[in-house]
Amino acid sequence: MCLAVPGRVLEIEERDATRMAKVDFGGVVKEVCLEYVPEMQVGDYAIVHVGFALQRLDEESAKQTLELFENLGVLEEEFGDAWAKAARDAGAERPAGTTPPQGPAQDADEEGRP
Amino acid sequence: MKYLDEFSDPVLARRLFDEIRALTTQPWSLMEVCGGQTHSIIRHGIDQLLPDEIQLIHGPGCPVCVTPLETIDKALEIASRPEVVFCSFGDMLRVPGSGRDLFKVKSEGGDVRVVYSPLDALRIAQDNPDRQVVFFGIGFETTAPPNAMTVYQAKKLGIGNFSLLVSHVRVPPAIDAIMNSPDCRVQAFLAAGHVCTVMGTAEYPELAERHKVPIVVTGFEPLDILEGIRRAVRQLEAGRHVVENAYPRAVQPEGSPAARAMLADVFEVTDRAWRGIGMIPRSGWRLSPRYRDYDAEHRFSVTDIDTQESTVCRSGEVLQGLIKPHECAAFGKQCTPRNPLGATMVSSEGACAAYYLYRRLQVPTTQEASSVG
Ligand code: SF4
Repeated sequence: MCLAVPGRVLEIEERDATRMAKVDFGGVVKEVCLEYVPEMQVGDYAIVHVGFALQRLDEESAKQTLELFENLGVLEEEFGDAWAKAARDAGAERPAGTTPPQGPAQDADEEGRP
Repeated sequence: MKYLDEFSDPVLARRLFDEIRALTTQPWSLMEVCGGQTHSIIRHGIDQLLPDEIQLIHGPGCPVCVTPLETIDKALEIASRPEVVFCSFGDMLRVPGSGRDLFKVKSEGGDVRVVYSPLDALRIAQDNPDRQVVFFGIGFETTAPPNAMTVYQAKKLGIGNFSLLVSHVRVPPAIDAIMNSPDCRVQAFLAAGHVCTVMGTAEYPELAERHKVPIVVTGFEPLDILEGIRRAVRQLEAGRHVVENAYPRAVQPEGSPAARAMLADVFEVTDRAWRGIGMIPRSGWRLSPRYRDYDAEHRFSVTDIDTQESTVCRSGEVLQGLIKPHECAAFGKQCTPRNPLGATMVSSEGACAAYYLYRRLQVPTTQEASSVG
């Protein structure tokens, strides 16, 4: 969770007086808070850490970094199924009440992400 | 040079390696502070492609690894309570406390949930007003602003069933502590780029001057790391020791003023213990008095906890760059990702995990190595 992942802003809305966005991380879409980078517009790229945009980034660097992070397994770790990984590492059953994540993260897995 | 093909731009990588080789006239030891950099270095074999004179020392920059055992035990204790929904980032699930971990607590029926963002935990609190929702707030300067904002929001929206178990740490005091150690071998630092995205570079010139140590703000991509090394070596060879920013596309000198303002509002600097290293003065944050109501340690009074560190694990020495992971006798034997004795083997940014993942085959002493290799 330490690394910040670049993503592209798809849409922006106000919620509870907070500027929130839908951000696309190479196929995985997450809700992201824009309060720390108020100048962000739709189409811009930002470095996002645990659901918060921290800094704008140019498109070229964003794409390169995303590719690297995908190769390093960072995307899987950030958006993948943490319980499945923990269960695998522990050589144990997945605990009751931990359903696999639904939606884009899972689609991404099916596309063969490492 | 089997690794070179793996660089995004092998030609540029080769040029940087050649430049570093041409610059180097004597041995130098550089510490990369961030665990993400460590993984990039080991994965791409950067340490093996550098001239022999240049030693990379792995630093303490993994928030999962440095979270003290006592705090893990507090988390386990709180997470076991029936009224609590305990929310955490996924990489904390298997960090060993004294005897168990969050995965075990969940298996035993505790309500532990993995969230992507602290705001997800706040949402769970809004949706479950009859439960106590606790978020495990670990991390360096990069993670602290999101957690600060979440507590700020909780207060603003009057969400009373949310609290934060805080274990935030700050990089500059750790650099200071490493330089003050009598065993210190570090002659230059590759500072953690994402930390500087938030904090900027203002904290570093004083450290560079006082310890006569070059500090180069460095990103995570292999080419970024090479550029950081090149600049650090250039300074060392010239007898200089200043702060340079080799990651300008993400780091502005002033960092993120909005994030820093939020940090100053919600947190205050405090002494903090680092797992395996011990107390480092002024190296952490806790909630400031205005937000004390949101402090899980107070809310659940988990102060007297008896902790038991592994007697085998040498992760403290690994985190200070005093030994490499495979120099620990347990590495790859009693200690593996399946049965980790220390957090440095659990965390995806931990140095022991990096060596296990990418370099297991090159530790000739283990049986596994000879059978696979
Ligand atoms: S290999 Fe395991 S026991 Fe040894 S230092 Fe690393 S985490 Fe600790």
